[in-house]
Amino acid sequence: MKLLLKSGRVIDPSQDIDMVMDILIEDGKISRMEKDIPISETTPEDNLQIFDLKDTIVTPGLIDMHTHLREPGFEYKETVQTGSEAAVAGGFTSIACMANTDPVNDNRSVTEFIHMQARLTAMANVYPIAAVSKGQDGKVLAEFGDLKDAGAVAFSDDGNPVTDSGLMRHALEYACSFDMPMISHCEDTGLSSGGLMNEGFISTQLGLPGIPGIAEDVMVIRDIKLAGFTKTSVHIAHVSTAGSVQAVREARSAGINVTAETAPHYFTLTDATLRGFSTNFKMYPPLRGSGDVEAIKEGLQDGTIDAIASDHAPHSSVEKDVEFEYAANGIVGLETSLPLSLKLVHDGILTINQLIEKMSVNPANILKIPKGSLKTGSDADITVIDMNKMWTVDTDKFRSKGRNCPFNGWKLKGKAVMTIVGGDVKYADSEI
Amino acid sequence: MNLSRKDMLGIVDLSREEIDFILDTAESFKEISTRKIKKVPTLRGKTVITLFFEASTRTRTSFEIAAKRLSADTINISASTSSAVKGETLVDTARNLESMNPDIIIIRHSAAGSAHILAGLLEQSIINAGDGAHEHPTQALLDMLTIREKKGTMEGLRIAIVGDIAHSRVARSNIYGLTKMGADVAICGPATMMPMDIDQMGVSVYYKMEDAIKDADVVMMLRMQLERQERNLFPSLREYANHFSLNRDNINMAKDDVLVMHPGPINRGVEITPEIADGPYSVILEQVTNGVAVRMALLYLLSGGRK
Repeated sequence: MKLLLKSGRVIDPSQDIDMVMDILIEDGKISRMEKDIPISETTPEDNLQIFDLKDTIVTPGLIDMHTHLREPGFEYKETVQTGSEAAVAGGFTSIACMANTDPVNDNRSVTEFIHMQARLTAMANVYPIAAVSKGQDGKVLAEFGDLKDAGAVAFSDDGNPVTDSGLMRHALEYACSFDMPMISHCEDTGLSSGGLMNEGFISTQLGLPGIPGIAEDVMVIRDIKLAGFTKTSVHIAHVSTAGSVQAVREARSAGINVTAETAPHYFTLTDATLRGFSTNFKMYPPLRGSGDVEAIKEGLQDGTIDAIASDHAPHSSVEKDVEFEYAANGIVGLETSLPLSLKLVHDGILTINQLIEKMSVNPANILKIPKGSLKTGSDADITVIDMNKMWTVDTDKFRSKGRNCPFNGWKLKGKAVMTIVGGDVKYADSEI
Repeated sequence: MNLSRKDMLGIVDLSREEIDFILDTAESFKEISTRKIKKVPTLRGKTVITLFFEASTRTRTSFEIAAKRLSADTINISASTSSAVKGETLVDTARNLESMNPDIIIIRHSAAGSAHILAGLLEQSIINAGDGAHEHPTQALLDMLTIREKKGTMEGLRIAIVGDIAHSRVARSNIYGLTKMGADVAICGPATMMPMDIDQMGVSVYYKMEDAIKDADVVMMLRMQLERQERNLFPSLREYANHFSLNRDNINMAKDDVLVMHPGPINRGVEITPEIADGPYSVILEQVTNGVAVRMALLYLLSGGRK
């Protein structure tokens, strides 16, 4: 079967393409990309499926480099299947999943299990990220070589910071020797411990113990120093503070190999939303002040922040319908990440081309996976975006098992209307 | 006038008029507690539940006495909860209580926002009897009633609040209330227990006791909890007492007719010396008396009572 995508505005930053074109997909690969591919050039045996994508944007499949799929161990919150269903509904063709499962993904068998579940059940490509330390307890390095052979794409103790600077140094050096990315969850637990929200005037009013922004900043600076010293590279996960943005910007200009991601909630919401004590606004890092939100937007605009990732963290009502203090951190994001990020385009902060870089090309480069491009011969992973479609977030319609979303009821402009993974249409809006 | 709200969650959203109205009502209820027969039929047939997830003697007893003096039926529930102990959730507890059709639920909980959870969930009136370090509105109301009784007004008074401000719901509720009533509020404590940007609440911040209580009309001391020492917020109770206790020497900095207040329970010899706690300036026990009146007023007003 062949697919012909006609008349969409094709934006592929990896090839500097931005024009109305047709794309022909054959055997799961992109076979032709031309201004006009006439139907007459195909034969009936091709069993051609034609999509008229006029007034849409056609891009390399979006990649969410930071999700939690909860399998194995917490299948009641999410599985590889439901998480990947949420992914394609949100326009993502590839997702990377963090290692804080139960058991932790710190050994070959767990990585292989995730790959097997993905092969059997997933709608999108799934790339496991393995733990830095055994059990994610920050003491003993995991077997990076074996994990790489089993199909892990990066290492991170996300959820827990690597507090021991000596261990972090060795992890950076060891990962580098396997040409594997290190993703750091930056948190100085001495400063953050016991905290429940951003430290500032709002936490003072609410009487909730604060997590100061510097709990992130000092660890970002530490990791930058370590990467510079060891001549390795580090990727900073979920940047939430102005201080982190500034530190990454300065490190970059000093020639240090550091990349960074942020999540949509960090440029969309401030800590003032905590006033109602709703646990759907509780996450780590916490929502920050308006100065931080502005700094994140600036960092996205000037390229300091390379990627937008959802930090999709599904929880059930068991973890969330409790007192604020006891509630688990995290929100779901796969099905709102693109639309919230499109607001940056509508507001003139990013061009759509820059956004696609941050949601497809750059994550592929950081994770060193062969994705994020529409080059002829590459896997036909394609996202089709309607920039102007108005819709309302309804958590009851989420594919994810998680309902822990602070945006329920929000009216958003723009969304993915079709998601093609390996040449198969895995998601299509009813209007396509 | 009547109090047109379902719940009493905090002082933050009360207007100055509402505060005055509650205090007026409390004043008129105060007399009932001095009668030989200390009971009126006002809330006969109403059911009041106190749901306390934190230990309390004074506040719970005060609420219970207040309800009983108004002839309500009272049920006291002491529950314990922690993130570690997996018992029934707060939401389930609340739903179960709701099914037994009480009229008012009074909740105390160590987690900030817990009273708000109940208020959003249940049709019943919810009174916050203290939620974490967030708010303790009835304490602030009884404090304001005491000050108003003694001084006639709060307008223009200099009021110092001294101690562990960061962890104090009493401090927060009083700051909201007293600043609304026109007082000049000074807060004081070790910098480690001074929450970020608190000056934005309209108070002046001091780290030296003498500066804070200078010319004060009212000095409100807060209870210092020993567990804060374990988190390195101060080195020792001895050092804390040396710098932040109200004693015979520094009380002279305040006005001659200063009122000494404390929400209790007091740590004698830590934040307040015994001779000050028991001395002529102290209104600590009158605060407790006024607590019953304020709580009677709130139970009455939230039940739809009018003045």
